[in-house]
Amino acid sequence: MSKIVIPDAVLKVSGLGKIYGPITDGAIERTGSHVGTARDYQTGSIVAAWDVNFEVAAGEALGIVGESGSGKSTVLRCIAGDIDSSAGDVRLATFENGESNLLSLDAATRRKMRIDQVSVVYQDPAEGLALGVTAGGNIADPLTAAGWRNFEGIRARARDLLQRTEVPLDRMDDIVRSFSGGMRQRVQIARALANNPRLVLLDEPTTGLDASVAAGVLDLIRGLLEEFELAAIVVSHDFSVIEMLTERCIVMHHGRVVENALTDQLLEDPHHPYSQKLVSAARA
Amino acid sequence: MTMSAVYIGSNLDSIVGEDPGIPFALLDEESKREIRRALLHAVCIPGYQVPFGSREMPVARGWGSGGLQITLAIVGKTDIVKVIDQGDDEGVNAVNLRRLVVTSTGIEESSEVVESTIIQSRHRIPEDEMINSHTLVLQVPVPEPLRGVERDMRELARMHAEADYSRMWVSLYEDKVRNGVITQTTGYPCLVNGRYVVATTPIPRWDIPRLHNSQFLTLFGAGREKRVYAIPPYTLVEPLTFEDVPFEVEQANGAQCRLCNSSESFLVESPGTNGDAGTWTCSDTAWCRARRIK
Repeated sequence: MSKIVIPDAVLKVSGLGKIYGPITDGAIERTGSHVGTARDYQTGSIVAAWDVNFEVAAGEALGIVGESGSGKSTVLRCIAGDIDSSAGDVRLATFENGESNLLSLDAATRRKMRIDQVSVVYQDPAEGLALGVTAGGNIADPLTAAGWRNFEGIRARARDLLQRTEVPLDRMDDIVRSFSGGMRQRVQIARALANNPRLVLLDEPTTGLDASVAAGVLDLIRGLLEEFELAAIVVSHDFSVIEMLTERCIVMHHGRVVENALTDQLLEDPHHPYSQKLVSAARA
Repeated sequence: MTMSAVYIGSNLDSIVGEDPGIPFALLDEESKREIRRALLHAVCIPGYQVPFGSREMPVARGWGSGGLQITLAIVGKTDIVKVIDQGDDEGVNAVNLRRLVVTSTGIEESSEVVESTIIQSRHRIPEDEMINSHTLVLQVPVPEPLRGVERDMRELARMHAEADYSRMWVSLYEDKVRNGVITQTTGYPCLVNGRYVVATTPIPRWDIPRLHNSQFLTLFGAGREKRVYAIPPYTLVEPLTFEDVPFEVEQANGAQCRLCNSSESFLVESPGTNGDAGTWTCSDTAWCRARRIK
């Protein structure tokens, strides 16, 4: 597999791995795409992701595709720090000049880093939003965490973000639980952008939305990625999402990266047998 | 043997075999020492809630048992104690707690701030000036300022440890958005010494400026929740508020105490009868009485 080197990478991920259960000698050899399972039959451990390497530049979106359980979300959540990883090195050029491995940060530093460096948009808005709080209040949360203490300033910033994400402003002071799925997702995106992060992680951002709403949210995300020169990782099992948002992508299968390619090339000429199966299934 | 309960009555005597007597200030020495240790810890880390082994007291938990244990742990033979409930020395709870302190120690009691050394209170700080010879002991029902935004104890501990108070700010934001003003009255959250957010329960906003850079030591005790915390003298106490939303104390425009005509003290309203307008009186009865005598 050829390694693609990005000259001005914002994010560098190398050797990322996550194993659930005891880690024993040979666990890596007994699992993976070539074996056809992520489960080590000797110990029952799950090698959810292993030896994942990639880089993402500013203004670029990288896709991660693969079937359910292939380790896509695990990789995303390890980078975000939502779960602890078992191995690897993740560096963000804009955080401490890229001199710290994000995976080894203590919980408090990681939380501070998350405030203005990395945002996550989850598939389920309930994970990224407080549903009992107003749309404005959900945006006030990261702003106050970053030290905003001016009420009208916070209101103006929330208004601006909601406008950009096309949430009607007259709903700004309504609690998010009263919102439709698509609108909740827009609020989640507005919140994710509150402190101008450098990296946005999108975990199945449109899964569960109906086609027309999903198309609107995808348009919005694409526009914002370009406008703010964001580095992004998009996890999806839906090729139309990957095609629309990303230039490059990696294919995961049983916890391993089996292909790393330009999105156009992957869709037209997939190399790995699993990629071929995946693409032909999606295109059928 | 460590004794943390009161041994009164012949039945207990017969079990114990000899009359253990009532120790000075009710609590046995080990218990007092443990509470004092927690208090020292609390004074060293202003605003930090220190767990302590709350004892069974002859008052129910939630009825001032935390404040009572602090008073009993710090009281000495030369102290003079004042106990108030809602500003009133003659409230039933205040009378009972004071009687317990006085009979178990033999010390003097007073309703005058200037004469007292320990002032135990629920809901008020006396209007009179308090200086460094005073210690204020507040009875606290809910010591956790973040209880309204988070219920998980581990998460609460993390939020305090990392000074992660953004959700407290969000609750103030939501309050202002929904109601136009910040409506929280008693227990208004304050940042102590620039580090920990505390619940200033049970005092009203009116009294909060008194805690800032005060000459006196304030000790907070929550018996039911088994926590003590402290605001040492000359400590920064800043009510959480947005830069453009000034912190305001309670105001009753034009209201005056019907007994002493005061309009510069914390007033409470009594509803009128037969549809008449309500009347106002000072919440601090000792202060009001002194004003009338003058």
